[in-house]
Amino acid sequence: MARRVYSEPGDRIVSTAPVAVNRYRGWTRLNHWITAASLILLALSGFALFHPSLYWLTGLFGGGQTTRWIHPFIGIVLVASFVLLFLQLVKYNIMRREDLVWARRFRDVVSGHEDRLPELGKYNLGQKFIFWGMFWLILVLIVTGIMVWEQYFGGLVTIPTRRVAILVHSISAVLILLVFIIHVFAAIWTRGTLSAMTTGNVSGGWAWRHHRKWLRELAGRQKVDPAE
Amino acid sequence: MTNSWTDIKNTDLVIVMGGNAAEAHPCGFKWVTEAKHQRGAKLIVVDPRFTRTASVADYYAPIRPGSDIAFLMGLIRYMIENDKVQWEYVKAFTNASLIVKDEFGWADGLFTGYDEEKRDYDKSSWDYVIGDDGFAVTDPTLQNPRCVWNLLKAHVDVYTPEMVERITGTPKDRFLKIAEMIGECSSPTKTMTSMYALGWTQHSKGAQNIRGMAMLQLILGNIGVRGGGMNALRGHSNIQGLTDIGLMSNLIPGYLNIPTEREADWATYMTSRAFKPLRPGQTSYWQNYPKFMVSFMKSMWGDAAQKDNDWAYHYLPKLDVPSYDILRMYELMDEGRVNLYFCQGFNPLLATPNRDKVTRAFSKLKLLVTMDPLETETARFWENHGAHNDVDTAAIQTEVIQLPSSCFAEDEGALVNSGRWLQWHWKASDMPGEARNDVWIMAQIFLRVRELYRTEGGAFPDPILNLTWDYADPNEPHPEELAREMNGRALSAVYDPTDPTKVVAEPGKQLLNFSQLRDDGSTASGCWIYSGSFNEAGNNMARRDNADPDDTGAYPNWTWSWPLNRRTLYNRASCDLNGKPWDPTRKIIEWDGEKWSGYDVPDISPTAKPGEVMPFIMNQEGVSRLFSRGLMRDGPFPTHMEPFESPVENVFNKRMRGNPVVRVFAKDAADLGTSDEFPFVATSYRLTEHFHYWTKHNVVNAALQPEFFVEISEELAAERGIERGGRVRVWSKRGEVWAVALVTKRIKPMICDGKTVHVVGIPLHWGFVGAARKGWGPNSLTPVLGDANVETPEFKAFLVNIEPAVGEAVS
Amino acid sequence: MTTNIQDSPRTALSNPPVQPGQSNLGQPAVRRSSAGGPVAEQPTPLTEVAKLIDVSKCIGCKACQSACIEWNDTHPEIETNVGVYENPHDLTPEMFTLMRFAEYDNPDNGNFEWLIRKDGCMHCEEPGCLKACPAPGAIVQYTNGIVDFIHENCIGCGYCVSGCPFDIPRISQKTHVAYKCTLCSDRVAVGQGPACAKACPTHAIVFGTKEDMKIHAAARIEDLKSRGYENAGLYDPPGVGGTHVMYVLHHADKPGIYNDLPEDPQISPVVEGWKGPTKTVGLAAIGLAAVGSVVMGLFSRSAVADEDEHQAQEMVDRAAAGLPVDPIPGREQV
Repeated sequence: MARRVYSEPGDRIVSTAPVAVNRYRGWTRLNHWITAASLILLALSGFALFHPSLYWLTGLFGGGQTTRWIHPFIGIVLVASFVLLFLQLVKYNIMRREDLVWARRFRDVVSGHEDRLPELGKYNLGQKFIFWGMFWLILVLIVTGIMVWEQYFGGLVTIPTRRVAILVHSISAVLILLVFIIHVFAAIWTRGTLSAMTTGNVSGGWAWRHHRKWLRELAGRQKVDPAE
Repeated sequence: MTNSWTDIKNTDLVIVMGGNAAEAHPCGFKWVTEAKHQRGAKLIVVDPRFTRTASVADYYAPIRPGSDIAFLMGLIRYMIENDKVQWEYVKAFTNASLIVKDEFGWADGLFTGYDEEKRDYDKSSWDYVIGDDGFAVTDPTLQNPRCVWNLLKAHVDVYTPEMVERITGTPKDRFLKIAEMIGECSSPTKTMTSMYALGWTQHSKGAQNIRGMAMLQLILGNIGVRGGGMNALRGHSNIQGLTDIGLMSNLIPGYLNIPTEREADWATYMTSRAFKPLRPGQTSYWQNYPKFMVSFMKSMWGDAAQKDNDWAYHYLPKLDVPSYDILRMYELMDEGRVNLYFCQGFNPLLATPNRDKVTRAFSKLKLLVTMDPLETETARFWENHGAHNDVDTAAIQTEVIQLPSSCFAEDEGALVNSGRWLQWHWKASDMPGEARNDVWIMAQIFLRVRELYRTEGGAFPDPILNLTWDYADPNEPHPEELAREMNGRALSAVYDPTDPTKVVAEPGKQLLNFSQLRDDGSTASGCWIYSGSFNEAGNNMARRDNADPDDTGAYPNWTWSWPLNRRTLYNRASCDLNGKPWDPTRKIIEWDGEKWSGYDVPDISPTAKPGEVMPFIMNQEGVSRLFSRGLMRDGPFPTHMEPFESPVENVFNKRMRGNPVVRVFAKDAADLGTSDEFPFVATSYRLTEHFHYWTKHNVVNAALQPEFFVEISEELAAERGIERGGRVRVWSKRGEVWAVALVTKRIKPMICDGKTVHVVGIPLHWGFVGAARKGWGPNSLTPVLGDANVETPEFKAFLVNIEPAVGEAVS
Repeated sequence: MTTNIQDSPRTALSNPPVQPGQSNLGQPAVRRSSAGGPVAEQPTPLTEVAKLIDVSKCIGCKACQSACIEWNDTHPEIETNVGVYENPHDLTPEMFTLMRFAEYDNPDNGNFEWLIRKDGCMHCEEPGCLKACPAPGAIVQYTNGIVDFIHENCIGCGYCVSGCPFDIPRISQKTHVAYKCTLCSDRVAVGQGPACAKACPTHAIVFGTKEDMKIHAAARIEDLKSRGYENAGLYDPPGVGGTHVMYVLHHADKPGIYNDLPEDPQISPVVEGWKGPTKTVGLAAIGLAAVGSVVMGLFSRSAVADEDEHQAQEMVDRAAAGLPVDPIPGREQV
C-alpha cells in the first residue's frame, strides 16, 4: 500500500470520466453540518444576548429564558462535534513548508494565479487557518462559557474572573464569527468547493487546481485498487 | 424597673452590667440609642463577653462571671474616696446617718452571727440602734463611727482598684476609666441609669449584685430621677405580671406573703407586719397591709371571709419551708414525693438546672400535664432522641398529657412590661386546632375539682367550695372580668376616712384605686397594686394616648402603670428638701408650697411637706437603705462571694465556698465540680435571633440562628486545639453537650488572682423539637443552686471543661 | 378610599398612611431600563430616596433580615453554624439582606470593635447590574433612584452578578431569575418605608429623601466625631454616581474593615469594555465582514478551468495505466 500523507483513508477517486474525487465521507459531512448548525444556533442565541438590538432573536428559541438555558448546551454539542471533526482532520492541517510559500504568494491566490503556487495537499493554509482558528476559539469559548454558566457553575470562579471571562467570551465569539464568515465566503468564492460538503465529491479539475498533491496521492493509490 | 423604658431617653450615662440589653431586649434598647443620639449620652458595658450591646458602647470592660459585687463595691469605694457623692441626697434620702448596733461587724468574708451548721446568719445584730422614743438613732453629721455611712466606708475599703482587678479580672485602667465616667453622675444634673437582667439575678448572690448597684445609684443620687433608676429588664413579655400576681410559692398577689406555719392565726400574721415608722413623721406605707390583705381575702372568698372568722385566714395554706421554689420541687420530685405536676407555659426540661436530675425527677411522676401553645421538650422528656435526649423510654412510666393553649395574639388581656405598664391587647387571630386559652383550661379543672369536693367531700373542701366564681360564663371567665376583679370593687359603701359621712365608692362600683381599700370587709381587690387599672373610668390599660407633654418620656395616658399610674418610682426623690427638682431641666414633680404636682403621679402623699416626709414611703425609715438591716439573708451590705464553682478561692476566706447561706441539697452538693477537673468558667445567655425555646419552632428565626454553638476565645481554642466551626464536647460535673465552636476575639482570657481564666459562653435556645437543628441547653451543665434570698438558679457562673469532639457530628 | 401618593417618601419613623394607596412606581416612573427596555417618555419626577444605615447604631439583631423574609415571603434554608454569627452564610435568592460581623482590633487605640454591617443592594445611581443585563426591561431604575429587578423579564443569565460592584444579585436555582433587595419598592410606592427600616429597633436604618438622609447622617457623624471617631463619615460612593442605600461608618476612611465594603466601587472597566467597545466594535466587525465578503463575491471568484479538468483526467489515466504521476517538471516543489 502506498504511503498516505495528504489524504484521508476514505478519500478516493470515484469516477474517471470525468474525474470525480470523494473528499468527505458521508458521516464526516454529517459531522461537519452538525458543527455548522451548532455554531449558527450559538451565533443566533449568542447575538440575542450580546446586543440589545438583537434580543428579538430570543424569539427563535422561545424566549429569553430558553435562549439563556439552551445556549450553553448547544455549546456542548458544538464542542463534542468539533472534537470528532478535529480528530479526523488534524493530521492534514499540520503546517507544512509549502504553506509558507502559499502565504507569501497570497496575492496570487486572490488573483487566481494558482500556477504560481506550490502544489498542496488536502488543505491550503487558508483552510488550515480556519481549522485552527475554530479550534482555539472554541476552546476559549467553552472554557470561558463554563465560567459564566450560572446554572451549573455559578460559584466556580470569582466575580472579577467572571467579568474577564465574559469579556473574553464575547471577543472570542466575535472572532469565531469572523472566521466563520471567511470560511463560508471562501467555500463559495472558490467555485466547486461546496459539493465537497454536500455530495462529498469534487471534480478532478478542482482537485488538480487546488490540491494537486492530494489528487496525485489518490491517483497513485487508485492503481493498486484491484476493484477498479 | 423603678423607671420606664421610655424614660431611658432622659439619661446621660447608661451602664449595662449583668445584662445584654441590645441582644436580649433589642426593642427597649432603642431608648438607649435615643439617649445617645439626642442627649449625647454615653454607654458603658461590663460583661464577660464583648456582646452586641458592647458593639455600640462607648466603653467596655471585661469581667469574670460571678465577680460583680467586687466591681460594684470598688465603684462605691471610688466614689467615696474621690468625693463623687450627691451629698445632699445621701444625707437626706438614705439611711447613711442611722446608727447601727455595736455588735454588727464583718470579718473573713462573713458578717456577724454566722452559723456554719445551719448555713444561716443570726441577723439580730444587723439593725439600727433604737432610741428611747422608739425611733432609730441618727447622726446627721455622719461623724459617729457606727453610722451606716462610716460602716459602709469601712466595708468597701478593701475593694481597691487593685483588689477589683485581682478578683474580677477587669484591668485596673478600664475599671478606673469607668469609675471616672460614673463619678460624673454624682452631680445633681447628671444621671446614670442601670440596666440589668439575668446576668445579675442568676447567681447564688443575685440579689446582692442588684443591691450593690442600687447602693451606688443612691450615693450618686440617681434613684427617683428622670434618666436614672434601677432598671430590671424582664425577660418575658409578662414576667413582670407573673411576679406582680404572685405566681411564686411564697407570695400572693401584690407582693403579700403566704403565711408560714409559725403564723397560725391572723393576729400572729399581722404582728410581724405592723410596719411602724422607724423615724418620726414617716409614711411607712406598708402600714396599710391589712387593707390589702383583707381586700384580697374578700376577693377570694367573698361572704365566707368575715371579720369574725379572721377573713377565712384558715383557708390559706401555711408554708412549712420558706418556699416551694422550682429547685425544691425538683428535689422533692427526685425523692419520689410528687405525683402530679402541672407545667403551664414552662419548659423545665431545658430551663431548670441539671437536666439529668430533671429527667430523673419527671420519670418518677405519675402524671405530667403541660399547657403550652408550642411543642416542648418537657412534654417529650420520655422520647429518645439519640444523644439529644438519651432516655430509656420503656423504663419511664409517667403519663404525659399535653394541653395545647393559646399564643398572646390569640387571646385578650394585659401584659405587664418591665416598666410596670399594664398594656391591654386584643385578640388578633383564632387558636388553631383544639387549642384553648389558659383561663378556659384552668376554669375547667377548677369546676371539676369543685364538683368532686361537692359530691365526695374531702379533708378540707371549704376553700374550694367557697371560692368566688361569679363570672358570666363560669366555663370561661372573660379577661375583663378578671381585670375588674383585680382592680377591686366596693362590697358595701366605702367612706372617706376624714369625713365618715362622705361615700367615696357606692356598693358594687369599681374602686378608684388602692387608696379606697379598707380592712373592714367593705372592699375586695384581687391584687392591690393593680387597683386603679380598671376603675369606673373604664379599662385604663387599654388607653392608647401617646401624648407626652414636654417630652418627659412619661406618656401618662398610654395604658396604665402600677402603682397608681406612676411612671417613676420614688419620684419625690427627684426634688431636694425644699421640693425643687435637683435638675430643673428634668423635672418630674415639684412642691408648689401646698402640694406636689407635675408630669407624673407623685410617689408621696400629695400634701406631704418636703422637709418632713421623706421619699421612700414604703420603708419604715422613710429613707432608702444603704444598709439593709436583716432583710436579706446574706448580709446587710453586699460582700464578695465566689460562685460555688469558681476557678479561684475567695480572697477573704479560703474556706468559704460560694454564698455561705445558700440552701444546698446533699445530692447537689456532691454534683459540684472543682477547677482541677473543670478549669473553665462557663456562662449562659440568650441571643437576639431567638426567644428562649419558643422561636426555634419558627422557620425564620431558625434560619437566622440555626444551630447550637459555644463561644470561646482564640487563646482557649489554641490551647485545646479547637478550630473555628469545629465540633467540641463541653462537660461539667453534671452532664455534657456537643456544639459548634465559635472562636472569637470577643472573649479574652482574664487574669484573676494570678490565674488565667478562660470563659466558655453557652447560649440557650436549642433543644430536640422544633424547626432549628437539634442541640442542647446550658441546663445540661448547670448546678442546682439558687440565690440565697429568692432561689434564682446559678446559671451565669459554673465550671466546665472543653475538648474537640471526636467522631461524627451528632446533630 | 384610596390615596394617590404622588411623591411622598416616608421615613420608617413616621406613621405611614393606612389607607390603600395607588402605586407611584411602575412603568411611568422608569427612567432607565436594561438592554434598551422601555422607559417612560416623560417619567414621573419623584424625589430621590435613600435608606441610611447607621452602622454605629446597629446592634446586629437581624430584625431587618427577619422583616425582609416576612415581607418578601422568602424561605431561606435552615443551615448550620460554621463558627460565625452570619446566617444564612451569604446573601441568597431567598435572603436579600444579611448582617455581616467583623471583629476588628483598632490599631490606633488598642480597642476591640465588633463592626456589624447590614449588607444588601446599594441601589447605585449608576447600576452595574443594569449595565450588564442583556434582557430588555429586566432591571429598571425609577426616578426616585430605586433599582428594581422585573422578574418576568429576567432570563437568569447572571450577567448582573458580574456587573454588580458589590456582589449582591443572586440567581435562584429554582426559578432561574435574579433576586436582590428591592428597597421594598412595593412598599415605598404606597408611601411606606422599607420593611427592614420599619423593623429596626434602634433606628439604625432610616429611610427618606436622599437629601434628608444626608442631613441626618451629618448629625450622626458629628456625634460620632464627638465620641472620638475622627474618621466618621458617610458612605455614598461617587464611583457609582452615589447610592440610594448609604452607610454612616465610624471609620469611613477604611470601609474595607466592614467585611470588605469596597473602598471605591465602580462598574468594573472589564464590564465597561464588554458592554461598550466590544459590543459595538464586534457587531460592526461582523457586519463589515459579512457585507465585505458578499461584495467581494460579486466581483471575483476562483473557478476551475477546463484545462484543469483535462490535466486531472490525464493524471488519473496515467496512474491507472501504472505510469508515474510525478509533478510536472518546472513546477516548483516545496
